[in-house]
Amino acid sequence: MQVQTAISTEIPSAPKQRRRRWRRDSTPYLFLIVPLVLLVAFTYIPVLNMFWYSVTDWDGLDKNKEFVGLENYRDIATRPELYGVFKVSLYYFFATFIQLGLALYFATILSFNTRFQSFFKGVIFFPYLVNGVAIAFVFLYFFRPGGVLDSVLAAFGGEGLQRPWLGDRSTVNYSLASVSVWRYLGLNFVLFLGAIQSIPAGLYEAAQIDGANRWHQFRYIIAPGIKPVVSLSFILAIAGAMSVFEIPYIMLGGANGSTTFVIKTIDTAFKFGKVGLASAMAVVLLVLILIVTAIQRILVPDEGGELT
Amino acid sequence: MSDMTLSTKELTESSGDRRLKLMKRSATLGKYGSLVVMCTICVLPLLVLGAASLKSAPEFQADGPFDIPDSPQWSNFQVAFNDGRMATAFVNTTIILIVSLAGTILIGSMAAYAIDRFNFRGRRLVLSLFLLATLVPGVTTQVATFQVVNSLGLFNTRWSAIALYTGTDIVSIYIFLQFVRAIPKSLDEAAFLDGATHLKIYRKIIFPLLRPAVATVSIIKGVQIYNDFYIPFLYMPGRELGTISTALFRFKGPFGTQWEIISAGVLITILPTLLLFLFLQRYFYNGMTAGATK
Repeated sequence: MQVQTAISTEIPSAPKQRRRRWRRDSTPYLFLIVPLVLLVAFTYIPVLNMFWYSVTDWDGLDKNKEFVGLENYRDIATRPELYGVFKVSLYYFFATFIQLGLALYFATILSFNTRFQSFFKGVIFFPYLVNGVAIAFVFLYFFRPGGVLDSVLAAFGGEGLQRPWLGDRSTVNYSLASVSVWRYLGLNFVLFLGAIQSIPAGLYEAAQIDGANRWHQFRYIIAPGIKPVVSLSFILAIAGAMSVFEIPYIMLGGANGSTTFVIKTIDTAFKFGKVGLASAMAVVLLVLILIVTAIQRILVPDEGGELT
Repeated sequence: MSDMTLSTKELTESSGDRRLKLMKRSATLGKYGSLVVMCTICVLPLLVLGAASLKSAPEFQADGPFDIPDSPQWSNFQVAFNDGRMATAFVNTTIILIVSLAGTILIGSMAAYAIDRFNFRGRRLVLSLFLLATLVPGVTTQVATFQVVNSLGLFNTRWSAIALYTGTDIVSIYIFLQFVRAIPKSLDEAAFLDGATHLKIYRKIIFPLLRPAVATVSIIKGVQIYNDFYIPFLYMPGRELGTISTALFRFKGPFGTQWEIISAGVLITILPTLLLFLFLQRYFYNGMTAGATK
């Protein structure tokens, strides 16, 4: 203390400066403390706990968690009713190609001069904003026997094609995957359109002077310009196909063979009280999605590099 | 643009040009044809609900989905709104929305300010913690998140949703980070030399300049919260805590096959989104682009 007072008499502003420096050093931590506490509480603790639960037989209530090693993982790998539901994701996976293809097509044609451009853009985008439960009801009505789809088919003489679209195990997943396309196409479309419109207009003019037609313009100007956003969307769509939940759950409760891996996981945990097994399933899904993301980071390395 | 250049060329017409003209015309036809088909697919499933929502119960049973209602039964909307407890749902969703948005904006802008403007020990660690967390899809961890929420005593309260919406949103932090980066450092340096504290710099200089980021985050986050089903369904099972999504979900039981009531409920749910979209279109497009690619 005495030393400090000695110094402070020599340089009167020293304590003030020190206080100021302390304040500067601690400021970032004060600003970050709330976000970090929330991050740890709601992301990192759950993830770590999930790994821990996954090697126990916990039921979610019991005080004791019995360690069972990798038994839960062995169950997932060997019981077809657990790993088998991943097959349902394939429908959504293939629907992804249709979704991205259509989004790319409409983004391309709407990037050229078009009448009612913003109207078309708004209509194609809007489904993405609609509440998921509302979408579920819209398509329950759409697919119900004697509903919209059947009436449209009848109007074009296709009565023979009518069937219980959601009740028939052979069509239920096609129907649900097409709902997913209807819902998410708008987002991809707007992202692609934004990317195309950020290409400098001078490039098209130069190409036209060189005699390039629309296809050449697409092939050599648009395609390379939007490659990053397309590949990103593709990866997001694959991750989405693996974690489908809302639409099949709300519409059918996972009935008729429409159960996806996430529905199975949630049911295992909250309906059947097997938190240990459900955690193992969640770990499997997390690892798969991390692998897909890692592949994307390798294929398109320029994303995310700006965050350091 | 190219239509103009071609039509001047067409003055010197030859057989080759005529073929070109025909090709061009069919291309235009294909373009507008496909757009009309696409828009029909987007709009038709929603429009037919409009017809259904205005029919009486016996009329609905007798009619096909494309028949126009004889006399509009606006009472269906009343039944859906009252019996579907949609007033409570709107109140709950609004409370959760406003508190979560305020929390997200405050936390996101503060974190972004700290990360961009200070060089502190552990900065890299903090950044990689946030980056790593973006890779964890929320849907997979609910099994374990549930235990955390439960042990904090938040289960079956609005705070569960508020805490999760505020605490797991890392995309917003990145959006704020980009905007903070664009604010010239000389501004805060000048204020610092004038004796302003960091809190004051954040409040008086940084935050007011983040208005576009606040708009972007509000749009993305607002749509996400309004439409979210998973979190209220899992964490707020109490009937009096119904949000828009869970209240509408509960139409499944009591209204079973009363499609005229269900349709009305669906349209009540969609209407606020539609109005907001019509008035703020530009913000929606910008917001979605910023939110999805970051």
